Amino acid sequence: MKNSSSLSNSDDIIILDNISKSFGEVKAIIDVSMNVKRGEVCFIFGPSGGGKSTLLRCINHLETIDSGKIVVDGIHLTDSKTDINRIRSEVGMVFQLFNLFPHLKVLENITLAQKVVRKRSRKEALEVAHTLLKRVGIPEKADVFPNQLSGGQKQRVAIARALAMNPKIMLFDEPTSALDPEMIQEVLEVMLDLAKEGMTMVVVSHEMGFAKAAADRMIFLSDGKIVETGIGKEIFTNPKKDRTKVFLSQVLN
Amino acid sequence: MAINPDIRRQRPGLAPWVGDLSRFPWWILVVLLIGIAVTYAIIDNRFWGEAYDFVKLGIKITVKVSLISFTVALSLGLLAGLGGLSSNMIYRNFSMLYVQVIRGIPIIVQLYFVAFVIAPTVVSQINNLGDWMLASGILVNLGSGLANLHIRDVPMINRAIASLAIAYGAFEAEVFRAGIQSIERGQTEAARSLGMSHFQSMRYIILPQAIRVVMPPLGNDFISILKDSSLVSILAVRELTHMGQLHRARTFRSWEALGTVAVLYLMLTLTLAFLVKSMERRLAFEK
Ligand SMILES: Nc1ncnc2c1ncn2[C@@H]1O[C@H](COP(=O)(O)OP(=O)(O)OP(=O)(O)O)[C@@H](O)[C@H]1O
Ligand SMILES: [Mg+2]
Repeated sequence: MKNSSSLSNSDDIIILDNISKSFGEVKAIIDVSMNVKRGEVCFIFGPSGGGKSTLLRCINHLETIDSGKIVVDGIHLTDSKTDINRIRSEVGMVFQLFNLFPHLKVLENITLAQKVVRKRSRKEALEVAHTLLKRVGIPEKADVFPNQLSGGQKQRVAIARALAMNPKIMLFDEPTSALDPEMIQEVLEVMLDLAKEGMTMVVVSHEMGFAKAAADRMIFLSDGKIVETGIGKEIFTNPKKDRTKVFLSQVLN
Repeated sequence: MAINPDIRRQRPGLAPWVGDLSRFPWWILVVLLIGIAVTYAIIDNRFWGEAYDFVKLGIKITVKVSLISFTVALSLGLLAGLGGLSSNMIYRNFSMLYVQVIRGIPIIVQLYFVAFVIAPTVVSQINNLGDWMLASGILVNLGSGLANLHIRDVPMINRAIASLAIAYGAFEAEVFRAGIQSIERGQTEAARSLGMSHFQSMRYIILPQAIRVVMPPLGNDFISILKDSSLVSILAVRELTHMGQLHRARTFRSWEALGTVAVLYLMLTLTLAFLVKSMERRLAFEK
């Protein structure tokens, strides 16, 4: 299913080529290049302020890069003729603080973009929403407002909302960092299921358990640069760079 | 009525009903008494009765001017408020120019300006357009109508409404802008990351949430426009204030004329203020 040995370029659904991004004086991303293959789970970790969120946000163009090239599913993001909204609807994003729409019920959170972006009928959108709510394990919450959900339930709705667009790629920005410990597992389980089904995922997280279970590749990002990349869990067992070793020993203890 | 325990603690030895009395909204009682006294005077006293019968004709105009100009101001304000946040440089600058210029000029000056400079200019431009249509034979009937439009055909009340709408549009633009900015950035990002366009995320995500935020300030601004509609009396629009002035000039009964006008305004504004307060409370509760 996952073909991590292939070098064929057409397998790369995300290509970042020498991208840089600054906010004023702050250099958030410095000359980063990386590729993600179709069906791959790419796990990004690193210290706070290292540029992880910025990197993810560049992939669906929530940030515009200063230089470099981004190709998502064969389409150049940096090309001015590209329809960014179309790419965004192919790339789901899950945020640390859920960002559910508080004025809409759970069901409407999941159906709105299907209707206005994907132009699905109400009926079809509802079917998709109900199926997904079952899949993330909270079919009974369809008719409540987001503020009546626990953190873990909110994040599962957020995942369902993104999946409803049938994205080819899912981006996760610290999806469990705002959750109480007892709720982390229920969200990670949904993510593990997705990984098993072959979804291409880029996950920024500190959940090393998830990385061990699902990551095809791990990237250590610090000070806007990729310090080390490893296949599977080799970074855990055999970190090459001292910075990686120090960081891992801090996180794992 | 439950009393605040803090008050009793601060003043040991005072009976509970003292706390109750100090918390009672006496000012409402005074306002009610004034209202009752004036109503009684209107019924019982010939001069107050005459004053009321005359100035009450202005209430309808006051309400009409306020309602129409506020409705237009809301549309202008939404347009300019969105403009102030737009990434389109031209749209943004036009919006900021409108808001800053209008807010920097007294409304009374704007009223004169719109009534005696802008309106005639617009009419003469319409005349030019009509002449051109006649000369080139396009829609000749409409053209001759436009060519013969005269500034005297544009009633003062319409000029007054236009001017107030422009003035308040600038205030509402700031209200809308602040309301939209109060919605977390994550909401836009979530909407955009689902593939919604800028317009769609405004329409479905940001504005429905911002509306709740801006309702109370908009309510207060409606009260303001109701009071500021008295300014259009300088254009001899026969609204409440102007009617009061006319009655005063006719009868020299200043006390009765202006007293009636003031109480009528007060009844309108206090009722509205009460509605805004309860709306505020309900919105806060829902959150
Ligand atoms: N919108 C912004 N404006 C200014 N500076 C920003 C902005 N977003 C990020 N930065 C800066 O860019 C750098 C990288 O930030 P980023 O959020 O990508 O880090 P991160 O690795 O996600 O950190 P964390 O683990 O705390 O989420 C930081 O120095 C941050 O202060
Ligand atoms: Mg981050």
